[in-house]
Amino acid sequence: MPELLQDYLPIAIFIGVAAVIALVLMAAPFAVAFRNPDPEKMSAYECGFNAFDDARMKFDVRFYLVAILFIIFDLEVAFLFPWAVAFGDLGWFGFWSMMVFLGVLTVGFIYEWRKGALEWD
Amino acid sequence: MAEFFWDYVVPFLIIVGQSVLLLSTLLVLIAYLLYADRKVWAAVQMRRGPNVVGPWGLLQSFADLLKFVVKEPVVPDTANKGVFLLAPLVMCILALAAWAVVPVAEGWVIADINVGILYIFAISSLGVYGVIMGGWASNSKYPFLGALRSAAQMVSYEVSLGFVIITVLLLVGSLNLTDIVLAQQGDWGLFNWFWLPLFPMLVVFFISALAETNRPPFDLPEAESELVAGFMVEYSSTPYLLFMLGEYVAIVLMCALVTILFLGGWLPPFDVPPFNWVPGVVWFTLKVCLVFYMFAMVKAFVPRYRYDQLMRLGWKVFLPISLFMVAAVAAVLQLMGWAP
Repeated sequence: MPELLQDYLPIAIFIGVAAVIALVLMAAPFAVAFRNPDPEKMSAYECGFNAFDDARMKFDVRFYLVAILFIIFDLEVAFLFPWAVAFGDLGWFGFWSMMVFLGVLTVGFIYEWRKGALEWD
Repeated sequence: MAEFFWDYVVPFLIIVGQSVLLLSTLLVLIAYLLYADRKVWAAVQMRRGPNVVGPWGLLQSFADLLKFVVKEPVVPDTANKGVFLLAPLVMCILALAAWAVVPVAEGWVIADINVGILYIFAISSLGVYGVIMGGWASNSKYPFLGALRSAAQMVSYEVSLGFVIITVLLLVGSLNLTDIVLAQQGDWGLFNWFWLPLFPMLVVFFISALAETNRPPFDLPEAESELVAGFMVEYSSTPYLLFMLGEYVAIVLMCALVTILFLGGWLPPFDVPPFNWVPGVVWFTLKVCLVFYMFAMVKAFVPRYRYDQLMRLGWKVFLPISLFMVAAVAAVLQLMGWAP
């Protein structure tokens, strides 16, 4: 077996087995359970009255801001992974280049903080 | 033909066997961890907890499974049915998939890939899709709000989890989980493990793991006092079970990660008899159970956070601390010449 296949085929097989278990569990009640649907039961849950309209409404823009911030910092983390692995070979040059990079991001982070992007009140 | 058989079919069958073995062990372990969780919670509140099904209630989780399977599955009329049913599958399969690279003892791992921790990081990031899909497809107000909250919470704490992992990687110099455990081996036994030099990071990791897996005190997505059950409101029967199962698999995965990154994985606390007579997988399971016990105790005696406090903790406390610690650990390693 080629090396790449030897490394990654087990993951595919493992996910396959996990999918089979999950699918069996998912399908089981549709096969065995008693079903008696009625309009009240099948309507969307609301607290004491029928749902007015579609539930996909406007939502707070801060959730969107958090998602954007997350993308920046998660990319940063992903960028740090190879640096951390090769850290021993990179020496002071590698150390300072990453510190400059982190510094630039920290400046952006401080700006967001001062602008109030992290406030939830 | 014979070559094909020995090169592909036999290894394939072996891997399938290993996968089934690991998954069934994991699910049975989770059934008992769930029982333990409820018992600990009950004991803290001076109750007795589940004690009817089987001796001391030991079969409670299996009775619950049967109950879920014979319950009526309800799919709301207004929901997007495909996505609605796909969401719990995604959640559960992704949570299970991460276990493919977790070494439970030396060499006892399904796929010993050289980017193990990166794979786990990637797979656990995808977990948020299950939540968003479930909440959106339900087409109901509570699940929608719950999913938004949950997604924002999960991504916020993932950033600090990532930085904590970076500090461990700086000490190890490899992404392979087996290498991470072996780097903690030494003459001093448990004082060689990374919990000692990286203790602040262990605390940050533990609390972020609580938030990442929506555990109390950070169970805002399921806050029953305001959002009923968050993104899971419309789910019943086994689709609901798959969400809960995915959540518990993710919790145990976080326990396993704490064990591997900070508590020496399968290594015995002292490398002398009788400690090193005990097989590694037993040490690994014991450490996972210890960390899970801490998860259960936190659930029992910490009150729930408010949402703005939660976001403040994630972005204004943990993120700066972990960012600073990455720089500090790198500086110390470079100054002392300890970098691997």
